[in-house]
Formats: sequence, structure tokens, C-alpha cells
Amino acid sequence: MDLIFSLIINGLATGMLIFLLASGLTLIFGLMHVLNFAHGGLFVWGAYAGVFSYAYSGSFIVGIIVAILTGLVFGFITEKLIITPVYGNLVQQILITLGFMLVLQEMIKVVFGPNVVAVKVPELLAGSWQLGDIIIIKYRIFIIFFGFIIFGLFHYMLTRTKIGLVVRAGVMNSEMVQALGINIKRIFLVVFMTGSALAALAGVLFAPYSGAIYAELGMEFAIMAFIVVVIGGMGSFQGSLFAAILVGLAGSFMAYYVPYLSLAVNMIIMVVVLIFRPQGLFTTAKG
Amino acid sequence: MEPIIRTENLSISFGGHKAVDRVNFEMPEKHFKSIIGPNGAGKTTFFNLISGELKNTEGDVFFKGQSIANLSSVERTRLGLGRSFQITNVFPNLTVLENVRLAVQSREKIRFNPFKHYLHYKKITQDALTILEQVLLENKAHHIASQLAHGEKRKLEIAMLLALDTEVLMLDEPTAGMSLEEVPAILDVIKSIKSRGDKTILLIEHKMDMILDLSDSIMVLFNGKLLADGSPSEIMNNTTVQNAYLGGLYDGELVET
Repeated sequence: MDLIFSLIINGLATGMLIFLLASGLTLIFGLMHVLNFAHGGLFVWGAYAGVFSYAYSGSFIVGIIVAILTGLVFGFITEKLIITPVYGNLVQQILITLGFMLVLQEMIKVVFGPNVVAVKVPELLAGSWQLGDIIIIKYRIFIIFFGFIIFGLFHYMLTRTKIGLVVRAGVMNSEMVQALGINIKRIFLVVFMTGSALAALAGVLFAPYSGAIYAELGMEFAIMAFIVVVIGGMGSFQGSLFAAILVGLAGSFMAYYVPYLSLAVNMIIMVVVLIFRPQGLFTTAKG
Repeated sequence: MEPIIRTENLSISFGGHKAVDRVNFEMPEKHFKSIIGPNGAGKTTFFNLISGELKNTEGDVFFKGQSIANLSSVERTRLGLGRSFQITNVFPNLTVLENVRLAVQSREKIRFNPFKHYLHYKKITQDALTILEQVLLENKAHHIASQLAHGEKRKLEIAMLLALDTEVLMLDEPTAGMSLEEVPAILDVIKSIKSRGDKTILLIEHKMDMILDLSDSIMVLFNGKLLADGSPSEIMNNTTVQNAYLGGLYDGELVET
């Protein structure tokens, strides 16, 4: 029982981190039809910028804020410089964002050095609670809690605000939103920056969770995020939460019971979804 | 007075085919004009040239005396030319209310008013509901748009067009694909818009009988050419029009009588 409980907590925490990464990706794809392979680069930049400012200031909150700001700034630059010229051309998007991903990754080594950086859990969130036989690691609960707050916040923004309505309508039919006289290009920029900030936030939250960060992290996590986007349905915010938790739980249980399948299990889920429901579990139908 | 819309030899060719051929027409403000013509006469193409979905290959089109031939459809919408489409065009997974609210929001950007700028979200919802009442759809406000019947979707479309609050409303066959029972409701909606008297309305319609008592004037397109333009009674008594509709033509050539 205690084992299963820990595995669930572990899976949920991982799932939440993937959700933060995937939710930005799914909105960017759903609204702008841009496959952004550079998304993982923003994750790792968020992690490094956050960790270094956390170490410098001594406050994890400062680290989180710096990471979010980094995500916003990098998102702005990426959209303006990299994405805008290739709207509507999928092949060019894949090539240029994949290239930019490598640039971001190598720039980490230039700016922060090539070594693996060890990260400590902030004091307030360090340690664990013991409930009978069950050990609950505080930081994991913090991540789960934080993830749900972010989900609630964005769910509220999408369903209850003006810009949220434009975004949801844009996912269905962005040309028609334009026909109503709304400047969808500006919405694209806002969504891209927000998605990048979420990726960077995932990065800085991930750092103390794993205890160490390195430049190649972005690529590894971005693949998980892409799997989640495919399972949840491209453009579906709720879908990405559901799929991220599914992938997180599957990964954590498999890692314990069938370790050699732990990476493959995500692919297996994706393949099954693609066979039986190629549009994803929660897709927003078009047309 | 300067007409609100004016065209000068407006033409478009697709390859060798002239779909709209040197059409000259004027549209006074607050006027209700219907465009009729048989299938393939170029009615929708003519519409697209005015709204900006298509660019004319010859001639010019003016809005309030200013040429708009080089403006995109979005820019023309912002100037005050709102249009509906022959094919229904609503956001399927939003509720009826959300569809209209989206259009209300975009209007606020079209006509920027510093006093309105700080208005609350609720005001937008309120405006959207008022417009839904005008098109007799308020009881469906919280339904998902994709679940509406066809006629209701057309009403919703008109509501979205009204919400944009443009000076000119261009309606492309609002009764297309509707069952007979649904048509009177749409007519009521159009009549009520007309009776408020603050819009210039340009309507494409197939069914002659439907527009006779609505229109201030009717123009007839035939093979891309403007055949006639006049009051409903003039059009009814125009022999060329009768021939075009009743079949007094051979190989696309009109027989003048």
C-alpha cells in the first residue's frame, strides 16, 4: 500500500512537470499550427536561469520569477525571429526550431558552463512527512499542488476571459477569428510567450526535483511533452493534463515493476492512442 | 450625397472567363438593396469583390468615396463592411453566447472608445445577449453551436455580423439550405434589422418573392453583367429580366424584346 502510494505521488509529480511543458506546446500547436521543437530549449533555459538566480539570491521564489521572465523574453525573441518567417510551412518550422533547439542547448554551455549543476531543494520544501508507513516527500507534493494551481489558473483564463475566448476560437478556426477583425498575430505572440514561460517554469521546478541539471535535459523532456500532446490531442488543454498524468503514472509504475519497459511504455501508450484514436483523447474537433 | 459603396467597371476574370463584367453600381446609405440572378450569375463573386475576399482585375470599388480595391478583407471589415457567408461559418465548439461575445469583443477593437475600454466583461455578455434577442435566439444562448439546427446557425451568423456593428451588412443567401419552415423566422430577423433603419444592407437572394417587399431596390446580375437596377416594381416589369428568369435566352445571349 505504502509503495503504491509513493509511486502515485511520484507519477503525479512527474506528470505535472510534463503537463507544464506540454500545455504550452499544445496551445501553440493548436492555435498557430506551429510545431515548436525549440520548446525543450526554453525548459532548460528556465531551469538554469532559475537555479543560478536561486543560488545567487538564496530565494527559490526569486528563482521561479527569473525563470518565468526568461521564458517570456525568450518566447518573445523566438516568435519574432524564428517563428514569424515560417508560418504555414511545416517543414521549415521543424528544421528551424530543431536548429534553434540545438543553439539554445549549446548556449547553455557557453553561458553557464558545460558541467552538471547540482541543485538543492529549498529548505522550506525539503524533507518529508511520515504517515505510518508512508513517506511523503514534501517537494513532490509542492509540485503537484503548483501544477494544479497553474491548471486552474489557465482553465479560468481560457474559459472566463476575453483573450481566452479568442484563443479557444482561434484553435477551431483562426482565419475566421481574423475575419471578425481580431488581430490574431498579436494573440499568437501572447500565447507563444505564455507557453514558453510555462516551459521555463517547468524547468526551474524540475531542477530541485531531480537534484541535477544539464544542457541536454531539454531534448529529453521535450520528447515526453510531444508524446503527451499527441496522446491528449493537439490543441487540447485538458487533454494535456490528463495525458501528462497518465504518462507520469505509467512511467513511475513501470520504472518500479518492469524497469526495462519504463521508457517504452510512453511510446506504447502513444502507439495505442494513434491506432484507435489518432486525433488524440481530448481533441477539439474542427469544422 | 456620396454613396456608401460605389463600383466603377468592377470586373474579375478567372483565366479567360469574366465572372464579373464591368459592373457599375451605387449604394446610398441606409438603403436596402437585393442582388438576384440565376445560378452562376456572379452574385457571390461580386460580393467577394466588395468585401475583399477576391481582388478585382479591372475597375475599382469605393467605400465612402475612397478606393478600397487594395485593402484586405480584414481592413474592409474594420472600415465598416461586414459580411456573412453562403456557407455557415460559426465556431462549432463554443456556445452560442460565446460566438457572439467574440464578435462583440472584436467590435470594441474596431471602434475604439476610451469610455468603453474599461467596461467589464459582464457588459460584453450583456451586449451579446441583447443581440441574440434581436435574432430570436436568446433561449439557445448556452447551447453548443454545433448542436444547433441549420436555420439557427444562420441566425447565429447574422447575430455575429450584427455584433460587429458595421455600417454595411452584406448577407449572402441567408436562407440557403433552409427548410421552408425556417425561412419566415430569418425573414423576421432581416425585417427587424431593416426597421431599425441604421444599416445599409446588401442581400443576395435566390427567391424573388422573398425580397420584393423587403428591398428598396433590386439589381439583377446575369452572366457577370449588370442587367438591371431599379425599384422592385420596375424589376418585376422589366422584360429583359423576365427573359433572363423565364428562359428567353439562347447560349447565354440575351434576346432583347
